[in-house]
Amino acid sequence: MEATIPILILAFPLFTFLLLGLLGMKMSHKVAGFIGIAMLGTTAVLAYIVACTYYFSGDPAFIFEGVRQQYQVFDVTWLAFTQTLVVKLGFLLDPISALMLVVITTISFMVHLYSWGYMEGEHGFQRYYAFLSLFTFSMLGLVVATNIFQMYIFWELVGVSSYLLIGFFYKLPSAVSASKKAFIVTRFADLGFLIGILLLSYYTDTFNFIELTQNPELVLGTTGGATYMGASVLTVAMVLIFTGGMGKSAMMPLHIWLPDAMEGPTPVSALIHAATMVVAGVYLVARMFPLYCVVDTSLTFICCVGAITAFYAAMVACAQTDIKRILAFSTISQIAFMMVSLGVAYDQPIEGVHYSGLGYMAGMFHLFTHAMFKALLFLGAGALIHAVHSNEYTAMGGLRKYMPITHWTFLIGCLAIAGIWPFAGFFSKDEMLAAMFNRHWFWGAWMTMVAGLTAFYMFRLYFLVFWGEENPHYKEHKPHDGPWQMSLPLIILAGVSICAGWIQFGEFVTWNGEPYHIHIEAPVACTSLIVACVGIGLAALMYMKPNKLPAQFKDAWPALWKAANRRFYWDEIYMFITHKIIFNIICKSIAWFDRHVIDATMDGFAKVTQSVSFRIRGMQSGEVQSYVGWYITGAVVLAGIAWLCFA
Amino acid sequence: MDLSMLWYLVPSVIMFVCGIYGFMTRKNLIAILISLELMLNSADLNFVIFNRYLFPGSMEGMIFTLFAVALAAAETAIAIAIIINIYRAVGNTDINEVKQMRF
Amino acid sequence: MDSVGNIVLYFCVAICLLIFSIKAVTAKKILRAATYLLFVLLGTAIFYFQMGYQFLGAVQIAVYAGGIMVLFVFAILLTNKPNEQATAGKSHRKLWGFLVSAAALVLLIFAIFYMPLIHGLSLEQCLAASNTITMHDIGVAFTGGERFQYLLPFEAISVLLLACIIGGVTIARKEV
Repeated sequence: MEATIPILILAFPLFTFLLLGLLGMKMSHKVAGFIGIAMLGTTAVLAYIVACTYYFSGDPAFIFEGVRQQYQVFDVTWLAFTQTLVVKLGFLLDPISALMLVVITTISFMVHLYSWGYMEGEHGFQRYYAFLSLFTFSMLGLVVATNIFQMYIFWELVGVSSYLLIGFFYKLPSAVSASKKAFIVTRFADLGFLIGILLLSYYTDTFNFIELTQNPELVLGTTGGATYMGASVLTVAMVLIFTGGMGKSAMMPLHIWLPDAMEGPTPVSALIHAATMVVAGVYLVARMFPLYCVVDTSLTFICCVGAITAFYAAMVACAQTDIKRILAFSTISQIAFMMVSLGVAYDQPIEGVHYSGLGYMAGMFHLFTHAMFKALLFLGAGALIHAVHSNEYTAMGGLRKYMPITHWTFLIGCLAIAGIWPFAGFFSKDEMLAAMFNRHWFWGAWMTMVAGLTAFYMFRLYFLVFWGEENPHYKEHKPHDGPWQMSLPLIILAGVSICAGWIQFGEFVTWNGEPYHIHIEAPVACTSLIVACVGIGLAALMYMKPNKLPAQFKDAWPALWKAANRRFYWDEIYMFITHKIIFNIICKSIAWFDRHVIDATMDGFAKVTQSVSFRIRGMQSGEVQSYVGWYITGAVVLAGIAWLCFA
Repeated sequence: MDLSMLWYLVPSVIMFVCGIYGFMTRKNLIAILISLELMLNSADLNFVIFNRYLFPGSMEGMIFTLFAVALAAAETAIAIAIIINIYRAVGNTDINEVKQMRF
Repeated sequence: MDSVGNIVLYFCVAICLLIFSIKAVTAKKILRAATYLLFVLLGTAIFYFQMGYQFLGAVQIAVYAGGIMVLFVFAILLTNKPNEQATAGKSHRKLWGFLVSAAALVLLIFAIFYMPLIHGLSLEQCLAASNTITMHDIGVAFTGGERFQYLLPFEAISVLLLACIIGGVTIARKEV
């Protein structure tokens, strides 16, 4: 494959960023928006071309004897540390990167289009589009990275653009603190990622993904028996790298930034904090999957983290009032789903399991479908907020008559995420649950419960917003569907959410490139469908018509409800640790040392100089004659000294 | 009795010391300038003396003095111009009135 | 052995220099101080003649005694108010000035008496050891570019004098 189109895929968004960033303020909103959308549309088309070429052309470089290959379109040296340790920048095509190209450009294009309507008239409209382009560029660079260091670079760029976009309304203190929180927490996690990279590359002398993953046993060999804190170095490195993924993908206990990140504009939440950036952690695990398989302790770790996070986030989502927060926790829960799914996959055949790599395929499948319907839900939520100017569901209710397009598309999104046949979520979730049940019944049962919770809280949201009593404010300010720029992406994404499940995903993405034919496992599918229906039924019972059930429920377990509403006090715990322990004990002593030792020394110098100069400045009297007197006295004294010394 | 170098150096030294004394005690700017000329003159004389006694074959000291005389002319002209300006500004030529250049 | 005439001349001039130097810095009337300075300059010129530097002596009289003194006198007449006293500075300054100049005197006398070359040739011998400096020698020394020749400083001093003329005019001119 020629390198031109892949380079253009990266160059277009970057160019748009520079153009809008530097000259945006000279353009009108319309021009800037149009440039952003047009450039991103072009990028999307190019990405589709590349992905289609990769999947369908049958080129032996891409698919060899039925097995999909990893192919480096280009890989140029960027930094050469030593002879062997060289950082390169390149473009890697393989099943998952091609998939991500499609997902990112599609969602990004939808969001660009949607934002044209949603952000209309906002101050800094051009800046917004510039940042969106920067994000798209970074995310594309991340997924096509040929080596782990390039991934790290773009990983940080993604973090920066996320920071910029969360803090887009920089005049709101809450947005500013949310952006800082997101940046610091993910940055903190990335420290682990960096250490992991350094550990890994120190022992293997390479950053390259293909070299690392093609022969994981060799990597294990090169690390030898080296151990670190009781675990093998490779395990430590892989867990540390996963820490970076935990930060970006908002796994416990580093999830605290994602709910706050909802302070950003809603389309941004749809793009970054639902569909693309937050799945970077999943993508990272998938990318390094063979290495994780070598040290299956780390896979178990991923499983545990994912399972706990999924349940936790689902619980919290049931007790939130802010619709974007509900969606944020739903996102955390769904990403954790993917993590568990990856965690139960294995590259060696396991006894009694007909296809051990199913979890990988299912996780990526869910990543794909989830990106679509979660973006749809967020954009729908954006339309709601646009209509009623509030994030709280208490300001909504009975909106289905006023906003039919939003209502229907939102319903489709909810059905998809709840896993109802024939919507997209059903298929991917079914595959994931099947993979979990195959590995161990516990994972399957646990995650089925989470799936039920998912259905419950999503339909709680749905019924609260679109059913129930109409809010009295509607009389003053009648809510309505957004302009066509907002409705069109909703409809397109709803269409995708309906159809995406029917894609034979196993033909395209598997852990080793060999195609796998998806077939529905009836028992699993039935179970999950029943559980989902129960969840929906429960939600309908409690929230479709106003009744006393939610209040009774709240009164029955007040502590539980309060804890879930406060997100099980994670933020408070963090505040306690940072403010009480770190700030008070560690920082205060350091500050004392700084103030009383380092500063005091410097201040002492300054004070001495100052007082001396105050004393002696009287000598500069402005009287020429006394100067001469001093001068000659000095000359005489010096001559005397010289005489005494040398005569 | 020889007229050795010492004989000429002594008046030069006295001239110089008088210059210092005058420079430090006078309060009229022009009088200070006169003291200055006295010191400069003594330095000129020294050049000539050393030239004559130590390097009788050459004439560098004399040339230097010639230059110094020319410089003295220039310096005096500028100094007097400045003094006249000060006189215009302050109304007299008292050194104690010119104390602006201090801390 | 120097001639008696030379020695007598020396003593006369030296005593004059001593007296007029002291008078020049202590005279109450500034115009008188300038006059005493003129005598000092003339005395110096006589020393120059005595040491065989006729041209230098002539320049000393013409430039210093002639040109610079005229400047002084003009300046004094322009700025001085009648009956104004030149001295009468603060008494502590007078004391300080005296002490400092006395210290300098001691140091310098000490230095010249300790100088090993001081008891060298007599003036006669020195004059005999050197050629008479003619105008031609001086002209060549000022306008040549070789070793011990001073074309560049000569040009520089001419530019300096020009600058000085312009500067003097600019500074002393009344504000426009």
